[in-house]
Amino acid sequence: MNQIVLGVGSGVLGAVFNLNHPAHVVHWHFFEMSVSNIVVILLMLAVFALAIALPFPGAARRRGGAS
Amino acid sequence: MSVAPSPPPAKTSWTVRTREKAVEALPPEKLLPDGQPTYVASWIYVFGVATIASLVVIVASGVILATKGPAWWHYTGIGHFFNSVHMWAVELFFFTMVIHLWGKYWMAAWRGGRARVWVTGAVTFLIAIPTALTGYVSQQNFDSQWISTQAKDAMNATGAGAFFNVTNFGQMYSWHILLFPIAVVALVAAHVLLVRRHGVVPPFVLADAPRSAAGAHSAGGAHTSDGAPR
Amino acid sequence: MSRRDDTQPWKGAYAPYDLIKELCIAIGVIALLAVLLTVLFSSPDDKPSTIAQWSQQMPVDFLTTATSELDRTSATAEYGPPYNHNNGAVQHAAFLEPQVWLGVSHPIDTANDYVIGPLGSIPGDPALRSAIATYSAAPAKTQTAWSEAYAKGLEKATVAADGSVTVPSGEYGPVPSMMNSLLGLAQSGGLDGALLTSNQFYQTDYTRPLLFMADGGLLAARAEQQHLLGKQWGMMNETGSYPGQVWLWLYTFWYQIEPFQNSTNADLLVVLTMTVFSLAFVCIPFIPGLRDIPRRLPVYRLIWREHYQGGEGV
Repeated sequence: MNQIVLGVGSGVLGAVFNLNHPAHVVHWHFFEMSVSNIVVILLMLAVFALAIALPFPGAARRRGGAS
Repeated sequence: MSVAPSPPPAKTSWTVRTREKAVEALPPEKLLPDGQPTYVASWIYVFGVATIASLVVIVASGVILATKGPAWWHYTGIGHFFNSVHMWAVELFFFTMVIHLWGKYWMAAWRGGRARVWVTGAVTFLIAIPTALTGYVSQQNFDSQWISTQAKDAMNATGAGAFFNVTNFGQMYSWHILLFPIAVVALVAAHVLLVRRHGVVPPFVLADAPRSAAGAHSAGGAHTSDGAPR
Repeated sequence: MSRRDDTQPWKGAYAPYDLIKELCIAIGVIALLAVLLTVLFSSPDDKPSTIAQWSQQMPVDFLTTATSELDRTSATAEYGPPYNHNNGAVQHAAFLEPQVWLGVSHPIDTANDYVIGPLGSIPGDPALRSAIATYSAAPAKTQTAWSEAYAKGLEKATVAADGSVTVPSGEYGPVPSMMNSLLGLAQSGGLDGALLTSNQFYQTDYTRPLLFMADGGLLAARAEQQHLLGKQWGMMNETGSYPGQVWLWLYTFWYQIEPFQNSTNADLLVVLTMTVFSLAFVCIPFIPGLRDIPRRLPVYRLIWREHYQGGEGV
């Protein structure tokens, strides 16, 4: 098993950041997740919190709204 | 000179009955309203349309990939570009859809006879997962080799492997570009039409809210409503 | 105690809201985001493994796998439905045995499909013809003895620079001759094609070559490097450092804990568990308790704070 062709695709032309390397992984007991997936999950939680917290434009229009 | 009036539409006409039912359920001003209740005032409300937008980009990039066939994106830069757009649109689709469903859960958006809205949305999420799976096993690269040889065990264990063979590229590609997209789009259309039919769910009434002529309130004094369906 | 849903239709104020414009803006923003992510990160495309590569890089693993296909002891040979009538991978949950009920729909005879059939396609080799004939004519017990001895010999095999494999001397019958020819066919690329087009000219079904490779060690070795194994929560992962299928977190979670982790019925049990959870998810509006949490944990007060502060016009 000396040489295992990783077969890295040739398609990273133009990518600013090369993500074609084995992922960094977080281990905790039996929990194991790639850093990229953790970033996605944290982003989702952050975006959800911001979506609820940030004021939505058009408050004046809604205050003057007619039924 | 008098003109003979046209005969009234026949009540037995399927066309007439379909049209009248459709217009009764969704008159034009309900199908495409130009206003929303004033409580629609949060950024959480944009995640439904963001999910639809992601689906539009998925389909558009998917159409381009389909026009050139499944091998194209492996050996041209422009093909790889559209494959990348397709992949990131899928990530955005699930990202926005899950935030949308979190928001709808915390709003208990099934209230007021809107259980079917929740159900169609939830089923869309569940159908999107095998839609993505058939895409992953159709990539014709190492990832699809691994995913298909692994996923086959769960398929076979349930008996589904007898008629849904994840190692059969031709079958998986057909399900991915035609059958599952039809199901997803049909479900999303039903979901959106139900939202237009019932309107965006009103807020919970606070226990300490004053009675008001405007706004949703219950007959027996102000209290919060639960999610029991009609 | 649950209360009747008394949500009334909204009779309050409306404000102008342009849905079509919102849709167009959303499509523009999402399209821009997708293109931005493409420009920044592109997408992965690790080249697929071939049987030619496998036999060149791991010839002993290839031959060990091919021998197990010949004597029908490989994972595929012993699998059961939908490939054959064995039960090595048949799963059940109580009285439920859908794998058996749905039967053999994709029959694979590993000895003929992976070894004898492809060897038969090699032209003009009288020694090989004779070896195949000797093997086929021998009683089953003798065939098994040869294969088992050869498999043991492979544990001490040496690999030459040209990729050929030499085993210590032993009672192998015609098996080494057959296997060396198969190795040559594989390393030349001929076996990839032979396994794909054995039934018809046009083919889009890769089941045979994929199952053959999966019986060996190459795919799993690459997968482990890319954190794609089941025990690595690999179902959620993508090759490289790309985000993967985050939405499969609950599905893969069950495989990491008992009683699923070491069960021979793990796949069926996990699917049944996820079916229950999925049904519950769809039926939230009808499940007391679950449907009441949003009322009890008032995230809604944040969402609708403008409305509660009297923002609506009357």
